[in-house]
Amino acid sequence: MINVLRKLAGAALALSLAVGGAHAQQVLFWSTQARPVEETQKMRDQVLKGFAGPVDYQVAEDGPWLTRLQAELQAGSGTIGLLGGLHGDFSTVGASLVDLSAVDVGGVKVNEAYKKLGTLGTGEQKYMPWMQATFLMAANKQALQYLPSGVDLNTITYDQLIEWAKTIAEKTGSPKLGFPAGPKGLKHRFFEGFLYPSYTGSMVTKFRSPEAETGWNKFKELWQYTNPNSTNYAFMQEPLLTGEVWIAFDHVARLANAFNQKPDDFVAFPAPAGPAGRGFMPVVAGVAIPKTSPNADKAKALVAYMLKPETQIATLKATNFFPVVDVKLPDDVPASVKAFAPVIATMTSAPDALPALPPMGLGDLGGKFNQVYTDSFERIVLGGEDVHGVLEEQAATLKEILDQAKAPCWAPDKPSEGACPVE
Amino acid sequence: MSTVAETSAAATTDARKAGDWLLVATALLLCIWVLLPIYLLIINALSSPQDVTGFPKRFFPSFDLGSLAFFINFAGVARALWNSVLVATLTMILSIGFGAPAGYALSRFDFPGKGVFRFLVLMTRAFPLPLLALPLAVMFIRTGLDDTALGLALVHTTLALPFAVLITFSLFSGIPVELEEAAWTLGCTRWQAFRKVILPLALPGIAASAVFAFTISWNEVFAAAVLTIENRTLTAFLLQSLGESPLYLKFAGGAALVVPALIFIFAVRKYLFAMWGIANR
Amino acid sequence: MNGKALPYLLLMPATLFLCIFFLYPFVLVAFEAVTRDGVFTLDNFRTMAASWKFPATVRNTLLLAAIVVPIQLAMALLMASVVSRLETGRSAALYIFAIPLGISDLAAGLIWLAIFDQSGFLNTLLSGLGIVDRPIMFLGYQSKLTIFIAVVLAEIWRATAIMMVILVAGMGLIPKEYYEAAEVFGAGPWKRFMRITLPLLRPSLQTAIILRVILAFEVFAVVAALGGTNLPVLMGETYNWQFTLQDRNVAAASALLILAMSIGFTLFFLRVLRVPKEARI
Repeated sequence: MINVLRKLAGAALALSLAVGGAHAQQVLFWSTQARPVEETQKMRDQVLKGFAGPVDYQVAEDGPWLTRLQAELQAGSGTIGLLGGLHGDFSTVGASLVDLSAVDVGGVKVNEAYKKLGTLGTGEQKYMPWMQATFLMAANKQALQYLPSGVDLNTITYDQLIEWAKTIAEKTGSPKLGFPAGPKGLKHRFFEGFLYPSYTGSMVTKFRSPEAETGWNKFKELWQYTNPNSTNYAFMQEPLLTGEVWIAFDHVARLANAFNQKPDDFVAFPAPAGPAGRGFMPVVAGVAIPKTSPNADKAKALVAYMLKPETQIATLKATNFFPVVDVKLPDDVPASVKAFAPVIATMTSAPDALPALPPMGLGDLGGKFNQVYTDSFERIVLGGEDVHGVLEEQAATLKEILDQAKAPCWAPDKPSEGACPVE
Repeated sequence: MSTVAETSAAATTDARKAGDWLLVATALLLCIWVLLPIYLLIINALSSPQDVTGFPKRFFPSFDLGSLAFFINFAGVARALWNSVLVATLTMILSIGFGAPAGYALSRFDFPGKGVFRFLVLMTRAFPLPLLALPLAVMFIRTGLDDTALGLALVHTTLALPFAVLITFSLFSGIPVELEEAAWTLGCTRWQAFRKVILPLALPGIAASAVFAFTISWNEVFAAAVLTIENRTLTAFLLQSLGESPLYLKFAGGAALVVPALIFIFAVRKYLFAMWGIANR
Repeated sequence: MNGKALPYLLLMPATLFLCIFFLYPFVLVAFEAVTRDGVFTLDNFRTMAASWKFPATVRNTLLLAAIVVPIQLAMALLMASVVSRLETGRSAALYIFAIPLGISDLAAGLIWLAIFDQSGFLNTLLSGLGIVDRPIMFLGYQSKLTIFIAVVLAEIWRATAIMMVILVAGMGLIPKEYYEAAEVFGAGPWKRFMRITLPLLRPSLQTAIILRVILAFEVFAVVAALGGTNLPVLMGETYNWQFTLQDRNVAAASALLILAMSIGFTLFFLRVLRVPKEARI
């Protein structure tokens, strides 16, 4: 045993010192996106293969992603060449990102609204929009037989959704609506970008308005017909596939697998409308270069490469995130994309469409901003606390966050002088 | 039994038979308790995606190897497996190398600072590692330990060291000091007495701490994900992607992680077994 | 060799190691807990305690530990006794009991989710046997009790092996003569267990309990897998502060609380299960 250990020790030590050689030529692409193994594989094999130079695409969960980045920034040197993440991921590290406004993207037209988001409220292009998505509704075709008569899925409202879900729950004996309210679910975006705008026409200023109370009460009503397992869901594609859930709201990339596995079983439709309009929020992912990047020039070339129309299409196929540049979708796209693209078009061009932007200018308070909405949800809907009281308390927190960040309002709230007010 | 009267001997035999039966039944029950969940994991890992998400579940796998094959063909798995083994082995060596002498000292000597040391060792397990990862990563980047197997093994050793120290401490405490003293009076030096008398007795326990060190390192994700990039361990490699992968891949990945650990425990089982064997001395 | 210096020499490597790889980063993080923007303050602790979830996280963490650890102790003792008494299949039983050692908490969460899920194995079994008409929702937000039970079962399954291995190693060190003598005097198995095994096992018991309690305060992955947000625990809130809310100061404060709780309970068990020198074998 001792001898074996000794030999092992020698061999292991020698090896541990031998590996770890530098890959100076390779750009390390450190990303929170395309984390599912199959997507990671496609990012490497189909999207990044075409770049002139080796790229090492590595994914990490948000915790390790941020910790690693912070460590490199603190140490003042690093290995990460290019960062990939959501709008919210970058807001905390804005000061340490290279200005990308000089990157030559060729003749490609990048979505202007997203480019503005990418400045993080500064004069510099902190991140470059990379891809986008949004949230949609999906339904099992079995649910359609219970659709109240006269309801058109393309113009569905919250009241109609409640009625539909109620009918299903009564006829089948169990609640069949699903909602990604688990720890890794994206529920906060629903409240910020869908429920609030639809009922109040606002995300921040009318946080504790009577209209907001109506919205929460409607959601409570809807929750009665929601599968209680929802507090465990992160991705609605699985409960849709198992049949636990018949109607679901989620991020398109998190619904895609259901449509790809059983394209004939599901339909997609727009997010519902409320009294103030059909609120919806895009999800914007971007690429950025940290100031510690060992190969910033190569990384900049990679940024330009990511925005090429062909790359954008390949990215769509790999991740179910849509292009941020003007490009025509080809025909050979996955079933999920075929199902989602027309619905997204219907939703965004609906007469009552009310687009909301992800929070802007909050810096490292972005997480706490989201927490205000999830806490309200957990207290009002799960905890059964008084709506008015909770909103009063949470509004105080919200005001504090916005004052501290001095963030002016963003859509759908009207532009403000100074910090966005909570009325 | 020769000292006991014959009648009571017969009664004892009956009682003993019943006792044996109970013992075997308990052992079987406990084995089922441990094995059943593993079996369910394996069913799911070996079933087709439809079966994994379907209901009712089947209690036998459909032997669809698609999900597992995906992992085996996933670029970099072999290398990550190798890194995992390397890091775990280094962790094993380091934690025993540092831990066993400390455990011996704690069990054999009374000295000022003993309590403080035991405390410090325990504290390492009582503080969440993911928070320490940031300062550690900064330190590693500055010193060049970043992204090496040795660097990660050093971090895993802080996790495994308390086990190594405390297990060896309780083991050495259980070995009568008289045995050692007898060896000294027979002319052994302290080191010789330790090697010839104590070590053979303690070896199984040391093997047990090695098992701990290995499995702790094997299953650690967070530090591995932050401190290794090119040289990712299998756990970091799989789990970073697994959290959001479809269910059938989660199960296949879960099984892919469990199997090597099981093989390792199987490989050292004779030492685990020997742990019991000392009682026959 | 100087006898007085020897223990310190033996402790030196471990101490140096822990100072560099634990104490140094720990001090940096602890410093963040009591400062904000470089100014000393206790605000971070206040912010942590003012969160509406805080009382629930502390309660759940303590309650889980209070229920899980005693059951695990009893099961680990049972397993260890079974292993030491079995005559055939002993090594197989020991190997099987040790299997969960090699399974990470993430994988364990996955396995038990597959059991308790609405479309999982337990529901398949229940509806297959005709006990229920439709799958029961075990993990919904209204059924906090079943969530709690599921977490308790999963934790018992996952982490009993750690105690078992320590106890088996300890039991192996109890001289067999003691039992033989007790048997001669007519002591039954239960009496032998209470009078010989338990007292002589004290050093191992102490180690096993302390380690297990410390780890129980850091429970997270299994709870998150089975309970979602319904069963908030301290470690989960710590991660939440660190990574979701990105407030490292409050996260550090929260981690210090976990540490303080662990220290408190460690001191308690060190005292209660103190091993007097004269009581050693």
